Amino acid sequence: MDWPALWLSLHLAGWTVLLLLPVAVFLGRFLAFHRFAGKGAVEALVILPLVLPPTVLGFYLLVAFGAGSPVGRLWESAFGGPLVFSFEGLVAASVLFNLPFAVQPAQRGFEAVPKDVREAAACCGMSPLTALRRVELPLAWPGVLTGMVLTFAHTLGEFGIVLMVGGAIPGETRTVAISIYDRVQAFDMSGAAQMSAMLLAISLVTIAVTFRLSERAGRRLS
Amino acid sequence: MPLPRRHFLALSAAALALPARASAAPVIAAAASLRFALPVLTGAFTARGGGPLRVTYGSSGTLAQQMRNGAPFALFLSADASYVQTLARAGTVTDEGTVYARGRLALIAPKGGLAVDGAMDGLAAALETGAIRRFAIATPDHAPYGQRAREALQHRGLWEALQPHLVFGENVAQAAQFAISGNAQGGLVAASLAAAPAVEAQAVSARVPESWHSPLEQRMVLAPEAPATARAFHDFLLSPPAQEIFAAHGFAAPEPA
Repeated sequence: MDWPALWLSLHLAGWTVLLLLPVAVFLGRFLAFHRFAGKGAVEALVILPLVLPPTVLGFYLLVAFGAGSPVGRLWESAFGGPLVFSFEGLVAASVLFNLPFAVQPAQRGFEAVPKDVREAAACCGMSPLTALRRVELPLAWPGVLTGMVLTFAHTLGEFGIVLMVGGAIPGETRTVAISIYDRVQAFDMSGAAQMSAMLLAISLVTIAVTFRLSERAGRRLS
Repeated sequence: MPLPRRHFLALSAAALALPARASAAPVIAAAASLRFALPVLTGAFTARGGGPLRVTYGSSGTLAQQMRNGAPFALFLSADASYVQTLARAGTVTDEGTVYARGRLALIAPKGGLAVDGAMDGLAAALETGAIRRFAIATPDHAPYGQRAREALQHRGLWEALQPHLVFGENVAQAAQFAISGNAQGGLVAASLAAAPAVEAQAVSARVPESWHSPLEQRMVLAPEAPATARAFHDFLLSPPAQEIFAAHGFAAPEPA
């Protein structure tokens, strides 16, 4: 069992969730409550990582963040190390890749908040932030939380992008999914089996949690 | 509804409490043919007072590409000379490196299957009878052992006949794993992998004549800013104790310059 790899994956998933939570709340809410020209295009962009092969996203990140790119050079001069093949690079890749998993459920959650309830909140003189905190989030949170649970679990299983921009550096970019691949190539089938069983268990728990959450959301709104 | 806030706080605390850097030990990028020899070598290095090292394995082509894109490798152990020379031409490293071992190619097959001999007569016979359904080599696109496997098969006149049966590992360790998994009838891989106890327990192997392919002159090169530990490990690999470990793991000694 490669504990540092599991620890690293949990760490990566934690950062991804932390960074995507505000994005999910504000972008999800915005997309749920507003109609504007080009909304379809924005929604399509959010969903894109869902259908885009991870290696394609990995390739573009390699090109965009690599040592030869302007972003890569800027990052290197600011932080003294390259963005690709680093933990920070994985976090950036992970945030992009999980955008649909975080934003979509949050958007559905906000869409389910009845319009008259929102108007009532506005009539009471609540500021938009107060309304978000006191009225909308209490109704929409199962959606937001579902998005976060999915993001967390999905990050643990991320493989293609990490393979492209990670470099499998122990303690830095060798995540648990990469470590399973690595163990098989080292003819360590029992190590691979242990970690696979661990990820299988985490996935099953994730599904159970999201089912429970969506059930609760359904009950509340019916 | 205090629940989401509580979750948020717990989550933030958990994420931030984790330090990003596990350690600052230099990273060694090693060709997959070193998968079994290198743990012994790093162990011997630390036993002699050397500092901790981190190792990542891959095909030489993949690792060279990553290093060129800025991967923080302190030392690159390639499976041949060409990828080190490519990095030197690109300016990623400042010299064309040093030969630390010569690799050998081995024919490998699961026990009780294909008749294994270095001249590949058993393989040729099995091809004739249709007993070969799958045959594993490393991808010739970016794995030196894959390129040499292709050359050896071309030399033996089996390359064309094997075409419909080839499966390609991303690196030579994956090719070896394919070859002995029972899903293939055999493969051409690094002798250093065929000699590993985990592999020998399940497979038989025989070395292919070295003259059948261009040499596997395994070179290593230091990154320009490599720390002292990586430089010490580089020198250690050329020392007699390390060379003995290489020999015990199926590598041939680098030819005297």
